Amino acid sequence: MTAPVAGGVDCDLHPAVPHLTSLLPYLDDYWRDQVTTRGMTDLVSQSYPPNSPISARPDWRPARGKPGSRLEDMQAQALDAFGVRFGICNPLFGVQMVFSEDMAVAFTCALNDWLVKEWLDKDDRLRGSIVIPIQSVEKSVAEIERCARDKRFVQVLMLVMGDLPLGKRTYWPIYAAAERLGLPIGIHAGSSYHNPPTSVGWGSYHIEDYVAQAQAFQTQLTSLIVEGVFARHPKLTMVMLESGFTWLPPYLWRLHKFWRGIRMETPWVDRAPLEIVRSNIRFSLQPIDAPPEPEVLNRLFDHMQSDELLLFSTDYPHWQFDRDAALPEGISSDLVKKIMIDNPLATYGRLKEAAIKETMS
Amino acid sequence: MNVQFRERAETASSTEARAQVKTAIADCDIHPARATATELHPFLASRWHKHLETYGKHPYQGMMEGPPYPKAQPNASRRDAYPPEGGPQGSSLSFMQKQHLDPNNVVLGVLNPLATGQGIRNHDLAAAICSAINDWQIDKWTSKDSRLKGSIVVANEDGPTAAAEIRKRAGDKNFVQVLLLSRTVEPLGQRRYWPIYEAAEEAGLPVGVHAFGFGGNPITASGWPSFYIEEMVGHSQCQQAVLSSLVLEGVFERYSRLKMIMIEAGFGWAPSLAWRLDKNWKRLRSEVPHVTRLPSETIREHIWWTTQPMEDPERRDHLFDVIDWVGWDKLLFATDYPHWDFDEPSRVLPPGVGDANREAFYLGNAKTLYGLA
Repeated sequence: MTAPVAGGVDCDLHPAVPHLTSLLPYLDDYWRDQVTTRGMTDLVSQSYPPNSPISARPDWRPARGKPGSRLEDMQAQALDAFGVRFGICNPLFGVQMVFSEDMAVAFTCALNDWLVKEWLDKDDRLRGSIVIPIQSVEKSVAEIERCARDKRFVQVLMLVMGDLPLGKRTYWPIYAAAERLGLPIGIHAGSSYHNPPTSVGWGSYHIEDYVAQAQAFQTQLTSLIVEGVFARHPKLTMVMLESGFTWLPPYLWRLHKFWRGIRMETPWVDRAPLEIVRSNIRFSLQPIDAPPEPEVLNRLFDHMQSDELLLFSTDYPHWQFDRDAALPEGISSDLVKKIMIDNPLATYGRLKEAAIKETMS
Repeated sequence: MNVQFRERAETASSTEARAQVKTAIADCDIHPARATATELHPFLASRWHKHLETYGKHPYQGMMEGPPYPKAQPNASRRDAYPPEGGPQGSSLSFMQKQHLDPNNVVLGVLNPLATGQGIRNHDLAAAICSAINDWQIDKWTSKDSRLKGSIVVANEDGPTAAAEIRKRAGDKNFVQVLLLSRTVEPLGQRRYWPIYEAAEEAGLPVGVHAFGFGGNPITASGWPSFYIEEMVGHSQCQQAVLSSLVLEGVFERYSRLKMIMIEAGFGWAPSLAWRLDKNWKRLRSEVPHVTRLPSETIREHIWWTTQPMEDPERRDHLFDVIDWVGWDKLLFATDYPHWDFDEPSRVLPPGVGDANREAFYLGNAKTLYGLA
C-alpha cells in the first residue's frame, strides 16, 4: 500500500443532504410552503442512486440514511483515516435538475447555507464549494459573490452535463467572477439530465451513464479550450472532479492534431491545448481507470508528462477503492506529496492562505 | 493532416518516403462520391427521384443542404483531389487510381460511402437510397477495379429492413463489410439494431461503425457545441458511447462471432475506456447480468480499429504503449482519402516498428479480417 502523507488535502468529499426537507430551515416562507404544500419529493439524482454499489463503499454505508449524511462518519472514515488537513465538500444534491430558475435559486442558496451550518461550522478541516443555480447566469454570479465572503468556500461547483457546453460565452460572467475572486471552478461528474447523457441518446443502464461521465468531461474540456475561456481568463483554474484522468493523454493528442489542422476556426486559441491543460486544468485522483499493475499506471503518468495535474481525492463515500488504498501502488513518495499537498495548495488559493496563517500562528 | 496541398522539395526524407510506400497497403477508409446529383437515378425507383427533388432527404438535422457545422474544406476534402474532368473530390475512379491507389500501392481499398440513406427520418426513402448506393458501388467502382471492395450500407434506424438488405447482398464478393454511422437515434447496442448484427454475423461480414451521421442527439451531453473542431474531436467521445453500449447491452455475448470495426474515431482512447468499463462492471454487474465477460476482453476479441486520424503523441514510445495495449493485430491502416485530414501512408508509423507488426498494420490485419488473405 502507498501510505498517505500527513497534512494533505482531500479535494472531493460528498456530504449528503438527508432530504429536501432538511433544507426547510434555510428557505424563506414562500419556498417552505411550496415544498410542503406541493409535497415535493427529494432531489436525488439518477447519477448516484443511493443504494447503488458505486454510491457508497460497503463499509462506509450507514445503517440508516443516505451515505455521506453523517459528519461523524466522514470524520472517522475519511478525514481521520487519511490524516488530511483540509477536506473540500462538494454536495451533489440535485438542484441542477430543477427547471424553474426561481426554485433553483431558493434551493441552491439554502444548500450553501446548510453546508456552512451543518458541516463547515462543525469541523475546521472542512471547506466548501459554492453550488450555483446554473439555470441563471446572473443569479449564479450573485450566489458566488454572496458565498465568497466566507473564506471557507474555496471553489465554485458545476456539473459536467448540463444545458449547454460549458465553454459557451453565456457562462463567461461566472468565470469572470471566479477569476476575480481567486476561486477555481470545480466541474463534477453528474447531470442535470436536460440532455441525453451520450451523443447517441439515452443508454439503458446506470453503468452506461456512469461510464459516460468520462466522455462528457472530454467534450467539456474541448468546449472550454476552443471557445477561448482561458485566453480570456488566463488566471482561471478548473478542476475536473471524479472525471477519471487516464483518458487525458490520448484525448489531448487528438485535440492537438485537430487544433493544428483547423485552428483558423478558433484563432483566439493562442496556445496549444496541452499547454492550456498544464497551466489551467487539474484533475482529482479518484477514480483511477487503470489496471492494478503499477507498471501500466506509471506509463500512464509518463504519458501525462506532468506531475502537477492530479489532486488527492477519496471521493468519499463513493466506492472507488478498498481499504486505505486511496493512492495507487508503486508511485514515488515525491509524487504522493505533490498529489496530496503541493498540487492542491497551488490550485486552491484560499487553502494556501489558510495553511500559511496556521503555520504562522 | 493536409490542410493544403503543397509541392514538396525533393529531399532525402521524401525520397525515403516514396521508397517506403512501395510496400503494398490496405486502405480501409476511402470515400467515394457521386459526380452528379442524378448519378444514383438508374438505381433508384422513379418515385424517389421526384420525392428527393420536392422534399429533400429529411434527415435527423435541420439543414436542407450540407452539414450542420461547415467543414474545414469544401466537401471536407483535399483541394488537390478535384478530378480534372469535374465533379467533387472522390467522384472519379480514374483520378482516384492516379492520385491515390497507384502511387500509394493500395492493393485493397475499402469504400465507405457516407452520403447514403443513413440518418434519414423517412425509413422507406432510407432503404431505397441505401440499396441504390450498394448497386452504385458495384457499377461504378468495384466491378471496374478489383482492388476496391464495397460496404453494404443499410437503413440503420430500421433493423428488419437493414437486415433484409444485408441478406440480399450476403455472399456477394463485391462487399467486405456492413457499414453503420456512429451518430444514431439510440446507442448502437440497443435492441432495435440487433437484426443488423444477426444478419451480419450470419453473412460472415464484419460491421464497421464510421464516425459521423445524424441521429438527432447533440454530440455532447450538454447540448450542441459551437465549432466544427468540437464535432471532429467529439466523434471519439461518441464512439466511446457506442462501444460502451455494444458491450453493456451484451451484443457480443449474443452474437459471439460478430466482429466490429471502429472507423475514423481514433483508438488511443480504447485502453482507458476498457479499464473504466472493467472497473465499473465489477461494481455494477448485478445491473447487467447478461454481460458475462470482462469488457476489456470482449473489446480485445471483437473490435478492430482503423488508424486515421492517427494518434500523434509527441513521444513515439507513448504511441507504442497504446498500440501494445490495443493490439498490433487489431489496427487497420486507413487514409480517409479524399478527405482533408488524409493520413499519408509513408508518414503514419514512426520508425522503430518491426517488420511483422508493420506488415500487419499496413495490410495483413485487413486481409485477415476481410477474409482476403
